[in-house]
Amino acid sequence: MVSSERLKKRYSLRDALRWIVQRRLTLTFFLLGMVILLFIFIPLAKILFSSGAGELWSQLLDSDVRNSIWLSVYTALIATAVGLIFGVPLAYFLARHEFPGKRVIESLIEVPIVVPHIAAGIALLFVFGKLHFGGKIFDAFGISFVQEIPGIIIAMVFVSVPFLINSAKQGFEEVDVRLEKVARTLGASPWQTFFRISLPLARRSIFGGSIMMWARSISEFGAVLVLTSSPPIASILVYRGLEMYGIDYVLPLVTLLMITCLVIFVFLRILYYRGKRA
Amino acid sequence: MIGIKGLTVDLGDFILKGADLRVEKGEYFIILGPTGAGKTVLLEAIAGLHPVRSGEIWMGGKDITKLEPEKRGIGFVYQDYALFPHLSVKDNILFGLKRRKHTKKETAEALEWLVGLLQIKHLLERKPGTLSGGEAQKVSLARALSTNPEVVFLDEPLSALDPEQRERVQRELRDIQRRLGQTFVHVTHDFEEAVALGDRIAVLGEGRIVQVGTPEEVFRQPNSEFVARFAMTRNIYSGEVRDDSSRGTVMDIGGVEVEVITELRGSLHASLRPEDILLSREALVSSARNSLVGTITKVEDRGPTINVTVSTPVDFVCLVTRRSLEELGLVEGDEVHVAFKASAVHIF
Repeated sequence: MVSSERLKKRYSLRDALRWIVQRRLTLTFFLLGMVILLFIFIPLAKILFSSGAGELWSQLLDSDVRNSIWLSVYTALIATAVGLIFGVPLAYFLARHEFPGKRVIESLIEVPIVVPHIAAGIALLFVFGKLHFGGKIFDAFGISFVQEIPGIIIAMVFVSVPFLINSAKQGFEEVDVRLEKVARTLGASPWQTFFRISLPLARRSIFGGSIMMWARSISEFGAVLVLTSSPPIASILVYRGLEMYGIDYVLPLVTLLMITCLVIFVFLRILYYRGKRA
Repeated sequence: MIGIKGLTVDLGDFILKGADLRVEKGEYFIILGPTGAGKTVLLEAIAGLHPVRSGEIWMGGKDITKLEPEKRGIGFVYQDYALFPHLSVKDNILFGLKRRKHTKKETAEALEWLVGLLQIKHLLERKPGTLSGGEAQKVSLARALSTNPEVVFLDEPLSALDPEQRERVQRELRDIQRRLGQTFVHVTHDFEEAVALGDRIAVLGEGRIVQVGTPEEVFRQPNSEFVARFAMTRNIYSGEVRDDSSRGTVMDIGGVEVEVITELRGSLHASLRPEDILLSREALVSSARNSLVGTITKVEDRGPTINVTVSTPVDFVCLVTRRSLEELGLVEGDEVHVAFKASAVHIF
């Protein structure tokens, strides 16, 4: 009786050891994964819980703060809309055609991700500045990009549109070309085929890309700073506050900005996954 | 009714050069070719979905070579049916109907007719992802028929089905085609499917249309080694055909001389269908028969029939029924006589 119990215990210990040994890859990867997860999570959590509700409320009462956050949100939205209008057709074209130089174009699209954003802003200034050809063309329509809201938008489009284009391209590539071909034999024009077959089938990728583009736009700083530091978007307001008054002063503002972004982002992600299930 | 003249199309692995083909109205036309022969691309080219290098495509007396695919009146059923995954079965079928100027009543009637024809009423509200292969196939055919096309193209429509469904769907396809008098052009790599369904067969291989004819013609008189191999004639030989003073026309097939009936002379191919060979224990004496002695080297069980390979030493694959195999008690290593008529040897 006693010996059998002992045997049982020894067996279960060996079993546990074997369990660990057999899963050593999973366990190692789990531990390594936890490190990076905590690395991301802890700073975010610290910022989120560093300010009291009262401080956050007083920030909201500040019209400069409200205006800058609102400016960030809607310029990022407009940037995303611009990205959709010009990026989706390009994405579709790239997904459907093979031609010499295609890889070059695909690499070119990703360059804005690679270059320092300050450099991107300066590059834009050299085209859309008042004395440069892009600036002159738009000046005729009364649009200026320097220290004006359109400047914020083009800076955002430049640095974040690659996310949308790549995602949309992938979405279109996943749409079976034969579905489009069948649609044509059924009497649909190329336009009808695109809007009724290709676009609806790629919509999730396009939506996912739009979320990424919007998120990347609202967090943009460097490129916007070069073109339009005033009116300030939220990240620039934080930067100014940090320079003038120090870290304690901007902390509530940072928290507020983060909450705003997270709420919108999480909301969009939920919509995205709802679409996935349907 | 639908025809191609001198059509040149890049088929991927091959280039189809200057192909001519004519499909008559109401015909069940088969394009037979091995996998990778570019059969799908050929159909797409005729439907205007793949660029044509040169040549003409005619339909009902009109040159449609440059016409947009949506105006050609060709219904298309793809191998995996290509149903629109985001639309219900109903909306898949209505897709083409909505592109036309029909009244609501006409559209509803057309839908009802198609649903009745293919018996898919219970599927209407389902999404394509939930359908079985056979169901998806029916929906795809209903969709292709919805626009009242001049001709329906079917790209390997049976290959995604399991064997039991295949036979049934094959019958249904034939039945629907007959009932509607609808012109079908059906592409397959399966010879038996081609024979079972086709009024006529075009054999496509190595970038050209090798032979066009009724199944019987293609089956009995393959015009090339390619077609013969494809027709699953298991016995194909090459050799010299010459006149022999005592036996008439003979062909030397690797050391063995057989009597043949042909006007052709010289280095040629011969095909002999396995079912045309008679196996026996004793020599059969008959002036019309080739009779050879050999050893059984292989017995392949094919279910109801059995392939017996006899080495004389030239190999002959013979088809025998299970019953005659048992009656003769044939096993590997046995010595047997093979006999066949001179007229059974097809020379090409």
